[in-house]
Amino acid sequence: MPKELWKGNEAIAEAAVRAGLEAYFGYPITPQTEILEYLSRRMPELGRAFVQAESELGAINMVYGAACTGVRVMSTSSSPGVSLMMEGLSYIAGTEIPAVLVNVMRGGPGLGNIAPAQSDYNQAVRGGGHGDYPRIVLAPASIQEAIDLMGLSFDLAEKYRMIAMMILDGSVGQMMEPAEMPEMMEVKRKDFDWATNGAMNRERRLLTSIYLNPLDEEKTNLRMLKRWKEVQTNEVRYKEYFLDDAKYVVIGFGTAGRVALSAVREARAQGIKVGLLRPITVSPFPYEALEQLIPQAEAFLVTEMNMGQMLDDVLLTVRGRVPVEFYGRPGGVVPFHNEILDEIQRLVSGPLAVQTDPRESWLTRMTA
Amino acid sequence: MQKEIIIAGFGGQGVLFAGQVLAYSAMDNGKDVTWIPSYGPEMRGGTANCTVVIADHEIGSPLVKNPPLAIALNLPSFDRYEELLATGGTLIVNQSMVDRAAQRNDIHVIMVPCNEIAEEIGDRKLTNMVAVGALLSALPEVKIEDVEKALEGHLPARHKHLLPKNYEALKRGYEHAQKEWDKIPA
Repeated sequence: MPKELWKGNEAIAEAAVRAGLEAYFGYPITPQTEILEYLSRRMPELGRAFVQAESELGAINMVYGAACTGVRVMSTSSSPGVSLMMEGLSYIAGTEIPAVLVNVMRGGPGLGNIAPAQSDYNQAVRGGGHGDYPRIVLAPASIQEAIDLMGLSFDLAEKYRMIAMMILDGSVGQMMEPAEMPEMMEVKRKDFDWATNGAMNRERRLLTSIYLNPLDEEKTNLRMLKRWKEVQTNEVRYKEYFLDDAKYVVIGFGTAGRVALSAVREARAQGIKVGLLRPITVSPFPYEALEQLIPQAEAFLVTEMNMGQMLDDVLLTVRGRVPVEFYGRPGGVVPFHNEILDEIQRLVSGPLAVQTDPRESWLTRMTA
Repeated sequence: MQKEIIIAGFGGQGVLFAGQVLAYSAMDNGKDVTWIPSYGPEMRGGTANCTVVIADHEIGSPLVKNPPLAIALNLPSFDRYEELLATGGTLIVNQSMVDRAAQRNDIHVIMVPCNEIAEEIGDRKLTNMVAVGALLSALPEVKIEDVEKALEGHLPARHKHLLPKNYEALKRGYEHAQKEWDKIPA
């Protein structure tokens, strides 16, 4: 297919349709409403289900119900709306069924604003809903990547009977880039041995998240962890830029990652040996790729559009062996590449110490 | 090669579409491109702007603090981007909507009476295309024919009859800007 100029939100919607999305349930919220708007036209056109629910709570529970039948189903929302969905998400996780959720993140906490942010990293990666459950989280930085990861989300959710979430910020949702759509996939319902899709001529099946006997619940938890280990082994994805001879390594995901790319390019032009590691799966996190960089790195710079959330994953890996510095813009502010370039130059001019919490010195610099 | 362009003006002046036309032109020429609007409550009746980045490599940041190129279709945009423009950059200003001269002398400010030219062609809505034409005088990576092709390829069918006037607007804007460049001592 030829490249076309796609707006992020619409591209995500069309990519989901082409991946065989059979049912969509959602509720409008900026900056992701175009996904819902696009699907409200596209889904009925194809004879597929589209429901604008009465609220995000309604939407996620409709997703839960449809997911139990084994069809490809998703919802999309933005930060405050995703918070409302957390109970349902935990039930979906506990029931071990595949479902896809997109969070086009905005500034928070609370009602916050509608500007681009990455402050729901912890909510997405560490849980958000109650209980002990793993989930796959993908973080596209461009529209082509969002299209590709949309299709992958459904495949991964089904393969591992798990929630696959895509997190991006409002700027990826609102921007336009040339991108290539995959071919339209024929909707093929898979014959899952767990799906509750009508028990005619077969044994009844039960899908539930209730295990009143704690030993059964424990067994379920351990089964999920075992499955998660497979995800960690097979599904880590990231992109490397200029890392071969890099002595300084910037780490950023999504928009912060691509802004960092501009800074890294300019620093390279100034002769600084700096590279970029951009995680694409933030859960599972590319711990091993980061570990490989520790022997060559003189310092790491983590950059995020939040107050340092992925930073914890980096600190867990580096464990004080090399200085880790942090630069963030929370609240809905997108950093300009000049800011990250300044940080790279600060790293190079040194000296740097290993800090217990790099947020402290960052906060001092931010509020000076 | 990488060029960043900010196009700014009042909502309704065709700021976002002008950016999209540039983005299509660059894409059809095999370039990587990003187009990003300012979005949010400030758009209602207020100012609108979009940033277009054109490059022949994977584009990093879709936003830029100090653009080398900008179009200001109204006075608030002129005030803002005259200050932010990168040294040596070019600012195309819609002279019809401003009442002052440029203050910086380390940038090129090209004054184009976009509204008057558009009205002469017969449609005030062509203001944005006059400005895009003028911008091309400082953006050799995109040719006027590229923009014409992009308009032809991507303008909705119901607007196709407006193509000749759009072409004229581009050409008049370009020519006016060329004359302004000729006045600048080398």
